[in-house]
Amino acid sequence: MKRLKKVMSILTVSTVVAAALAACGSSTSSSSVAEQSSSSAAEESSAAEESTVEGNVATGGSTSVEKVIGALSEAFMGENTAVTVTYDPTGSSAGVTGAEDGTLDIGLASRSLKEEEVAKGLKETVFALDGIAIVVNNENTVEDLSLEQIAQLATGEITNWSEVGGPDAPVVLIGREAGSGTRDGFESVVDVEDACVYEQELTSTGAVMTAVAGNPNAFGYVSLASVDENVKAITVGGVEASEETVKDGTYLLQRPFVFVTKEGEELSAQAQAFYDFALSEAAADLVRNAGAVPVV
Amino acid sequence: MKLKEIIERIMQGVFLVCGMVSIASVALITIYMLIAGMPAIIEVGPIDFLFGTVWESTSKDPKFGILPFILTSVWGMVGALIIGVPVGVFTAVFLAKLAPAKVAAMVRPAVELLAGIPSVVYGLIGMIVLVPAVMDTFSLKSGACLLSAILVLTIMVLPNIISVSETALRAVPKEYEEASLGLGATWIETVFKVSIPAAKSGIVAGIVLGAGRAVGEAMAVMMVAGNVANMPGLFKSVRFLTTAVASEMSYAADGSLQRNALFSIGLVLFFFIMLINWTLQKFLKRGDNL
Repeated sequence: MKRLKKVMSILTVSTVVAAALAACGSSTSSSSVAEQSSSSAAEESSAAEESTVEGNVATGGSTSVEKVIGALSEAFMGENTAVTVTYDPTGSSAGVTGAEDGTLDIGLASRSLKEEEVAKGLKETVFALDGIAIVVNNENTVEDLSLEQIAQLATGEITNWSEVGGPDAPVVLIGREAGSGTRDGFESVVDVEDACVYEQELTSTGAVMTAVAGNPNAFGYVSLASVDENVKAITVGGVEASEETVKDGTYLLQRPFVFVTKEGEELSAQAQAFYDFALSEAAADLVRNAGAVPVV
Repeated sequence: MKLKEIIERIMQGVFLVCGMVSIASVALITIYMLIAGMPAIIEVGPIDFLFGTVWESTSKDPKFGILPFILTSVWGMVGALIIGVPVGVFTAVFLAKLAPAKVAAMVRPAVELLAGIPSVVYGLIGMIVLVPAVMDTFSLKSGACLLSAILVLTIMVLPNIISVSETALRAVPKEYEEASLGLGATWIETVFKVSIPAAKSGIVAGIVLGAGRAVGEAMAVMMVAGNVANMPGLFKSVRFLTTAVASEMSYAADGSLQRNALFSIGLVLFFFIMLINWTLQKFLKRGDNL
């Protein structure tokens, strides 16, 4: 009996202590959150922007925009701690459908809307451009290819570089794995979907660059931002790949990253804030760092 | 006395829990692989899945045939063993029976270090050094092929074969060898006619262990094999079971048939490893009876 009492008292004491500790913990953590949000609010008021938005912004769609949207939402959520931006990589078409039926606040697509989609009352806003560079080994003498030639090289219709003005050497296409946004972009722009004859399917841009740098017969596609001096980026239809030529549309191997919204329907406050942020000049560097070309 | 008993009990419990952790993990993984891997096999059909020769997971009319991956993994393993077993076993013979102590003291740490090198490093060196070398040697248009993968796997299975075989050779009773020498056999004859047969089960265990590593390796082969879903050929770009899962997993949408099919590949791989382990157990058991 005595023992039971002792146990009971120990239990009560420990409960009280635990409760006190928990209270302490919660009070400190809540105060630190308050501090954080007030400091970020201060930052933002200087940027003349409201920080009162809160809630969820559901985005989703193209897998290719993952890096860009990830960078944008991370920065956005850093400034607006009360907002959560979610992104569901389900493919461009699913992004368009999601925007149409309202399951997504903003749909993401890595292509322009089709006419019938516009007819359904959807609106597109280009927030970034994706330039794809064609790279060859430094030893390759080919300087320029047309889109048609690129398609023929990729599908194995042309098997020797001499047919496009290069050395007498076999053509080796080095690409990305199925599902990669760069692969999807290349194949859709060049119009060779599911028809490419790959010699290697690698899982990163860096691996493609290394493989192309190490094989004089190789050519591959990489996002514009990752081209360096270890490989040679060729001109397409006489136009050099650069941020400027992608922006003014003269470089053909490009596609738009678009926000899909409903025409004439207002976004929620937090979605509008994210939308505005993505199109602001502050976001340009984020877009650039994520490997795409900003439009502002 | 009482306290001691309590501690004894508690510690027993702790050990029991520790023992259960690995059993529970294996059980969970097995159950999960079966649950996650079966739907796609059923949806595609076991025959079409296992014996289909075309894998086009993202095309408009997707095809999920994994025979190219299965055959590639088998050929990769067989190829690595064809080169790796003689080299590995002879290295073990050298270390255990022939090498002067000083030389052995240099070779052994080197072999151990080889086992410790991360597979991505093998892949990186393979990609930058081996792939171009294979391309030049055989005047291929691209060096990323089954042969490059086999060469990388060979180096990777060597430490397994060497260390297990060496231990087995060292465990051969001295009397056997002395008897052989006493009957007039030379030292080399003794090693090959007495020591190796006596250590047979241990050597086979090492080989099976190496086979397991060759089948399970993903990172290094992904960087040198080219990863195109072709039927295997020595100079063709190929994709292994492991790399098929690794290269597409990050983009496969949740709940899609593609993702489920990747889990099914995992399940097939799992069975391969189980089979190899079961073989290993058999040989180890036989070793006990010797």
